[in-house]
Amino acid sequence: MGYLGADYTVKSWLLTTDHKRIGLLYMISITVFFLLGGAAATLLRLELMTPRGDVFGSPDDYNRSFTIHGVFMVFFFLIPGVPAVLGNFLLPLMIGARDLAFPRLNLMSWYIYMIGGLFTLYALVAGGVDTGWTFYTPYSTMFSNTQVIAAALGIFIVGFSSILTALNFIVTVHTMRAPGMTWLRLPLFIWAHYATSLIIVLGTPVLAITIILVAVERLFKVGIFDPAYGGDPLLFQHLFWFYSHPAVYIMILPSFGVISEIVTAFARKKIFGYSFMAGALLAIAVLGFLVWGHHMFVSSQSMYAGMIFSVLSFLVAVPSGIKVFNWTATLYKGSVSFKTPMLYALGFIGLFTIGGLTGLVLSTMATDVHVHDTYFVVAHFHYIMVGGMVMAYLGGLHFWWPKITGRMYSEFWGALSALTVFIGFNLTFFPQFLLGYIGMPRRYYEYPEEYQVLNVMSTAGASVLAVGYMMPLIYLLISLKVGKIAGPNPWAASGLEWETSSPPPTHNFLDTKIVTSGPYDYELQEFADQQREVQEQGIV
Amino acid sequence: MSSPSATAHDNTYGQDDTYLYHHFEDLQQQHESSSLGMWAFLSTEVLFFGGVLGAFAVVQTLYGPAMKAASEHLDPILGAYNTAVLLVSSLAMALAVRASQLRQHRNTVLFLVATIVLGSVFLGVKAYEWIHDYHLELVPGINFNQDRYPGRQILFWSFYFTLTGIHALHMVIGIVIIAIMAVLVQRRWFTGGGATQIEMLGLYWHFVDIVWVFLYPILYLINR
Ligand code: HEM
Ligand SMILES: [Cu+2]
Repeated sequence: MGYLGADYTVKSWLLTTDHKRIGLLYMISITVFFLLGGAAATLLRLELMTPRGDVFGSPDDYNRSFTIHGVFMVFFFLIPGVPAVLGNFLLPLMIGARDLAFPRLNLMSWYIYMIGGLFTLYALVAGGVDTGWTFYTPYSTMFSNTQVIAAALGIFIVGFSSILTALNFIVTVHTMRAPGMTWLRLPLFIWAHYATSLIIVLGTPVLAITIILVAVERLFKVGIFDPAYGGDPLLFQHLFWFYSHPAVYIMILPSFGVISEIVTAFARKKIFGYSFMAGALLAIAVLGFLVWGHHMFVSSQSMYAGMIFSVLSFLVAVPSGIKVFNWTATLYKGSVSFKTPMLYALGFIGLFTIGGLTGLVLSTMATDVHVHDTYFVVAHFHYIMVGGMVMAYLGGLHFWWPKITGRMYSEFWGALSALTVFIGFNLTFFPQFLLGYIGMPRRYYEYPEEYQVLNVMSTAGASVLAVGYMMPLIYLLISLKVGKIAGPNPWAASGLEWETSSPPPTHNFLDTKIVTSGPYDYELQEFADQQREVQEQGIV
Repeated sequence: MSSPSATAHDNTYGQDDTYLYHHFEDLQQQHESSSLGMWAFLSTEVLFFGGVLGAFAVVQTLYGPAMKAASEHLDPILGAYNTAVLLVSSLAMALAVRASQLRQHRNTVLFLVATIVLGSVFLGVKAYEWIHDYHLELVPGINFNQDRYPGRQILFWSFYFTLTGIHALHMVIGIVIIAIMAVLVQRRWFTGGGATQIEMLGLYWHFVDIVWVFLYPILYLINR
């Protein structure tokens, strides 16, 4: 019968403590915030189609629009996206547990997320915020006349929700693994979520306190950051980036987990260098805390500090490189099948690589001085965050959709959406590298004529991208009604989540799972048989 | 569903009638989960305070003399008195944990109430200090007197009120939860005496104490 059909009332959903249902609650809310953030982005791109300001009434409205875009996308979509939806749904299944360690806390995290969302929405309707998603002081504490406090509270609250989810994940991985599921038999998806949870638990409270200090300063004029009262605005930047650089890894590490699962499943090969892959995740988590100063090269930080941050930033490229090389090595001589999830995963690898390499350009102090606060930076982080996280999220969604809903979607439309997103994405953001390189600053709503061609390309790409993003919304919903029944393991993939029915029963497994080998045994005979069987049934 | 089922199980934590939630194998696992969860939560708390303390350390290094001048308006004796009160409250809390493990419900409630009383005394003294500061016109944003306390001294007070304020907020939250817990134990709401819950609450309370043990020397003493 499955967890979906266990009860149909609204109450049974709103009071559920089943991690799978909570994952779906998150999926719905996160989609809503993605659409809101996307609407703001559409306005921004329309404005930038011409060199004159014509869509927005004033530069202030433009500022409000990119702030709300950034805030919704970063704090309400990119950061919680993969962990809260896919992590929530899959983490207990993958380790053979009946639920997360604290099911009620899990439900509470969703409510906290929603309350944080309401605060931020309130900030939006009550006049918006114009500080940018980074809330730099002293502008945010002293000069901005907008709803900074409401938005900051929203972010504080939603941060608390991520902390609770992360705590739940850490404890679950430690205490609830099925017998035989040793640490070195954990799927990489689990390792990725574990490493992410560590960053969330150690990083988010620093953002929380920073935001409280901003709010306190605005309310009471206490002057911790404001030079007019003796404070130091750079202190804000240090505290902010101490969280927010690791935060970019909060967005990307879970995606690494998703991609690893997809790549092995569709290459039908054991992942290359499993322990290096797990180690790289932990290394990135640790190094992520040591590089925040690369956002402050031009902020009058001392040159020596800049040099150290520059070198440390280069170091992050090492574990990131390990990930990319090992995925490639896994694909090498695999029997690769290019199903929708795999197409998304390949897109991810390509886009992430470009994003990561341009990160090195930015980590080099001399080149960063040239492109800092230009569209080059905008392109860089969109390649990684949108090209990375969103591709992985969609890839994962397609990969586990049969497990979540028990239905297959249309492979044709799936493949088409993956292709459309990839093309639209590159058309949108590649021109921005060029724009930044020739000098267009970020956060401007008017610009000299000579930047127009590239901006028009970017806007055109954005509309292709939008179409690409809307497609899954439609055919996935359609699949709920007409999709072919998936069966427990439509991809013949390895992993405990595929050993239970689709959709899984409320308590995940009917019997206790006992694990006797490591993950990804695709080369074993039993898997070859299973795969043949599935193909004969004509599902794949 | 996570509705508790009172299965009989052997365990070291609060005898055979503690709840076991459906998704755990045994009480051992359930107890380990709770304590790991609490420790992980406390590590986020460490970083929460760590953020402000780090900022304060920066300011302290940059503007040492102003910080020194400012901190002279604090009364280290009162602070020491409060430190002692809080440490005794921690002792009471530890005794409550012990009592709950032995399922001595009456003693548990008694020690929880003692913790609440001592915690409230601490907050009372703190409030008294704040009011005193207010009269000296030391509260930034409300009545700070920049002429009497020139230069960067205001920064010290900004940090002082933020740090002690957040600490006091943690204490208030703690006291409310302890009060709820005391009522529940009094009414025999937990079949097992709530040993695990009170143990976790104890960890939280000790943490709040330890934060103060750091705040006291940092704010009151190092500049003397
Ligand atoms: C792994 C995922 C990554 C994500 C999600 C990411 C995200 C971001 C974001 C959001 C910004 C812009 C912040 C702002 O609004 O000002 C940024 C800037 C930057 N990133 Fe990344 N990044 C990632 C990886 C890297 C890597 C691997 C490096 C270096 C090896 C790097 C180096 C930089 C630098 C130096 C800047 C500052 C540029 C400037 O403001 O001048 N990033 N990144
Ligand atoms: Cu960074």
